[in-house]
Amino acid sequence: MSTEFKLPDYRELAPAVAARFQRIRERPVILSIRDLKKAFGTNGSTHVVFDHVSLNIHRREFICAVGPSGCGKSTLARIVAGLDEASGGEVLLDGKAVSGPGSDRGMVFQGYTLFPWLTVRKNVMFGLQMHGKAASTAESEAREWLDMVGLAKFENSYPHELSGGMKQRVAIARALANNPRILIMDEPFGALDAQTRSQMQAYLLQIWKKVDVTILFITHDLDEATFLSDRILVMGTNPGGVREFIENPVPRPRSVAQYLAPEFLALKKQLEHHIHPPVEGEPAEKLPMIKLTVAGDDVE
Amino acid sequence: MANHDWLGLKQELPKRRRLLLTAASFILPLAVWCVLSYVPWVWHPLMHITDPGSVDYFSTGLDVPRATFFQEVAKAKAAGLDVPQGLRVNPPYLPAPHKVARAFYTAFKTPPRLQDEPWLHQSLGHSIRTIFLGFIFSSIVGLPLGILCGSFRFVSKLQEPFIEFFRYLPAPAFGALCVAILGIEDAPKIAIIFIGTFFQQVLVISNSVRKVDPALIEAAQTLGASGWKIVRSVIIPASITDVYTDMRILLGWAWTYLIVAEVVGTMSGITLFINQQARYRNFDNVYAAIGMIGLIGLSTDMLLAWLGTILFPWKRKSGSRSLALKREWFPLFDRPPVKPVATPKLEAQTHVH
Repeated sequence: MSTEFKLPDYRELAPAVAARFQRIRERPVILSIRDLKKAFGTNGSTHVVFDHVSLNIHRREFICAVGPSGCGKSTLARIVAGLDEASGGEVLLDGKAVSGPGSDRGMVFQGYTLFPWLTVRKNVMFGLQMHGKAASTAESEAREWLDMVGLAKFENSYPHELSGGMKQRVAIARALANNPRILIMDEPFGALDAQTRSQMQAYLLQIWKKVDVTILFITHDLDEATFLSDRILVMGTNPGGVREFIENPVPRPRSVAQYLAPEFLALKKQLEHHIHPPVEGEPAEKLPMIKLTVAGDDVE
Repeated sequence: MANHDWLGLKQELPKRRRLLLTAASFILPLAVWCVLSYVPWVWHPLMHITDPGSVDYFSTGLDVPRATFFQEVAKAKAAGLDVPQGLRVNPPYLPAPHKVARAFYTAFKTPPRLQDEPWLHQSLGHSIRTIFLGFIFSSIVGLPLGILCGSFRFVSKLQEPFIEFFRYLPAPAFGALCVAILGIEDAPKIAIIFIGTFFQQVLVISNSVRKVDPALIEAAQTLGASGWKIVRSVIIPASITDVYTDMRILLGWAWTYLIVAEVVGTMSGITLFINQQARYRNFDNVYAAIGMIGLIGLSTDMLLAWLGTILFPWKRKSGSRSLALKREWFPLFDRPPVKPVATPKLEAQTHVH
């Protein structure tokens, strides 16, 4: 495949795509981030993770945030969730500034954070009971959610009896059971093997279709971001902040067959370009060669 | 499938070998004891005199060092007098295993020499009561305080530095004070066990509570839990298995304080029994009594360990096995039941190459 690949603007090429994003923009704004800043350190030397992050997320939008490690994409998710404090700016949910964690923003973590002492059903009931719902209502609601993620038969199992993918499905059910306005997912499939991950991606889209929820999905996997998102937030380092907020032209419904579609490849290439800008000269060529064997230079 | 490596690093051994090794851990010291007791030429440093012969300071039943005995034999032979007779024996403080084994039973049957002295079972009961009261009083205060210290930095910084200092003070050092304040009966003994347990307990439990995965607390926060609800619904259940193990270990420590506690004030319980039997030189009873403490301690701990597997079903190891079984029988369970998304129109693919 040729490396000279001009990026066509699919929004102009495909009026259907443009119309889709027009419709999304007309929906109400759920989450609004205004001039958000995060810096670490106090006396004198401060390290700014990101600054001037501003964006709007519309209702039922699926946003993926990508970027090189250290760009603060996870920190952004944690600030939205209320687990970390911002150094400046504000996060508005339905127009109201958020402070501290709350059940209006559900979160799914990369590490499996199911409560090991509770059965699968009781894990899903946890949030409902924290809000003072009666055990019987919470129980029937939890069953519905488990049915939705296909784990109804495992309601009485303990988390350690489940596989990684199943655990994350319970975690999604647990977060959604609270009817959050936005579901924040911080590299939720990062610990899963490739096959389970792609299964979970297709699965997440199915759930998202059925539930009225907006998703902010953090990932470092460009395939994942392209496959799942409506829009992709590209973040960078030095200085940290938003590089691009790209509208994803790949049509829905999505399927793995689209991995080879031109718009998919073009978008991935564009993301790659933003995250790892091409460097002058190839650094690998400059590295000294260390010969461990005398077998020859047949490695290219 | 057989694993022939007995010394594999951190490798689980088959069940039969585990049982065999467990039995061996008891049998090996017992075997050493048997050899010392029943094989005469290994140790047996004394001669038990059966016939004093011509030696005027020997008498039947007296134990004398072997060297002395053979000197006297040599002297008697040289003088042409009656030669003393004797058997090689171990000192009385090392009774043979069968004697101690018998004492486990007979010690309970032997009435006390004085009328107001307790029987063995009464002594044991007294000791167990002292231990458990001391431990329960310590836990009533120590358990909540430990959980608070582990949960809130405020309580931790307010309490732990002092407790850290206090735990270096040896509990028996407070014996005289306890007697002065609490009298000579059981109260000072319970206090000694309390002092020996409490300070360790707070620190050990707060440490276990602090180790709760912060991600679990964050998950609970994003589910709408806050403040006390997090302590009650996340921190306590997340640390309860570790705290339970801590409590088992601490109960073991409490037993080690028993003997020093029981000599405070009027000597009582199993310590009184051991001391008196030692004074009467009934060393088989002494060993039996010490052995009983070990047996009670070990069986309590095993009982608590077993109880733990009932109380905390999520810690059962067999869980993974039952999952494997489920997978084997219902392999489809692990797949999303939703059908994969509809295949898109293939026309897009014509542009690829």
